[in-house]
Amino acid sequence: MQLDLKEIEELSKTLYIRALKLLPGDIKAGFERLMQQETDATGRAILGTMVENIAVAERTDNLLCQDTGFPIYNVIIGRHVEFDGVGLKNAIRRGCERATREHPLRSSVVHPLTRKNEQTSCGIRIPIIHVDFDARNETIEIEMIPKGSGSENGSFLQMLIPADGAAAIKRFVVDKVIELGGRVCPPTIVGVGIGGTSDLCMHLAKIAATRPLGTSCADPDGAAIEAELSEAVNELGIGPQGLGGFATAFRVHVEMAATHITMNPVAVNIQCHSARRAVAIVTPGGIAFE
Amino acid sequence: MAHHVLEAPVTEAQVRALRVGDDVMLERTLFGIRDATLIAMFDRGRKTKFDLKGHALIHTAPNVRKTEATPDNPAGYAPLCIGTTTSQRMERFTRPLMEREGSRIIIGKGGMGPITQDAFRDLGGAYLAIVGGAAALETTWIEAIEDVDMDDLHPESLWKFRIRNFGPLLVAMDSHGGSLYSRVQSAAAAKRDAILASIGASDRT
Repeated sequence: MQLDLKEIEELSKTLYIRALKLLPGDIKAGFERLMQQETDATGRAILGTMVENIAVAERTDNLLCQDTGFPIYNVIIGRHVEFDGVGLKNAIRRGCERATREHPLRSSVVHPLTRKNEQTSCGIRIPIIHVDFDARNETIEIEMIPKGSGSENGSFLQMLIPADGAAAIKRFVVDKVIELGGRVCPPTIVGVGIGGTSDLCMHLAKIAATRPLGTSCADPDGAAIEAELSEAVNELGIGPQGLGGFATAFRVHVEMAATHITMNPVAVNIQCHSARRAVAIVTPGGIAFE
Repeated sequence: MAHHVLEAPVTEAQVRALRVGDDVMLERTLFGIRDATLIAMFDRGRKTKFDLKGHALIHTAPNVRKTEATPDNPAGYAPLCIGTTTSQRMERFTRPLMEREGSRIIIGKGGMGPITQDAFRDLGGAYLAIVGGAAALETTWIEAIEDVDMDDLHPESLWKFRIRNFGPLLVAMDSHGGSLYSRVQSAAAAKRDAILASIGASDRT
């Protein structure tokens, strides 16, 4: 299978716009669950507004949230796929630019020092493009995540030490959720990275924050911490938008990597309730959207 | 819990009548402002052509489409998707906005801190919470983009919106020291130790 770069460019554009407009099914189901559990009157009203907004976005073909976010493309390439890697990255970047110009979308990306906005949603090293490989035959999967900045600003890394133990990891997560309150647009998915190097730990937190609801950490000890922390953060009473209630988080997600004998790193990355992502699978048979 | 319908500009008495837990429906005019706009105005001394006295400002940067200037789109921009950003980053600008420009109402999400709370008490202001991330719905409350200033900062320009039935908005911080956010934060802090103990994560003594 030979990758058609024109098709990838078009798809990268489509995925950005699609992600901004249609919330994934697992997040919608997450809202339904929280509505059943929320007892606070303000919390229920706010969740109701969020659910109404999802319907309005679909009905009016509009963006769910004005924050067009940080464009992230996660590309997984299967076996027996022939492609030009540089061409692939360029095609994704062009698709991202075209979505911004042609829809049009607000460009939310600026130079980090001059703050100049190129009005393309692109800049130095942006869009973020991650390329990985798996064993699927003649398949390429592209996931587009427009990562909201209100929740991205809720990111932390702590290089704990072995003597601090797992207790300090759990304490760190609960304390950060308290500190962030309503600023990260709860109900959230609290992404937690445990282990690795500092950079890997932070990346794990992002993978955790953007993982579909209903999935759990592959490691049984990680899954146990997910369950424990998910219950703990929803006892805090922070609630939707930080205005009180049960629904502080849809779920706490944990991703792990082995770490060094001297290290015990933990990272937090938050996904807001507008947990947007779009996925397409390209095969010789055509393109399928998840 | 009172219900208020406000049309900006508002007076000090009108804004001091707002109490946390009340709800507000805003009518007619609303200005949009955020990080770059405020940095330009208060760190770089830029002046706006708009009179913001008594007005309501929302923390936003919209998605717009450039158009010809028409009666429907007098500023040459059609609103596409207008929502609200996290307010806390703009904390140090509330007092100068109120002192220099005379603004009285901030609309945002996530709440603001003690500097803003003190400015509301001293000068007469309030913070109205909108549901963040509900921009498709919020856009239906905007009739038009009436005007724009400092558009070299686009999309972080200073926007003037014409609105209709904008809300309901929740009074979350008032001029009497009331803040729903502080209340929720204190309650969460009070529960912290027991919650940590229940998951074997108490502070080491």
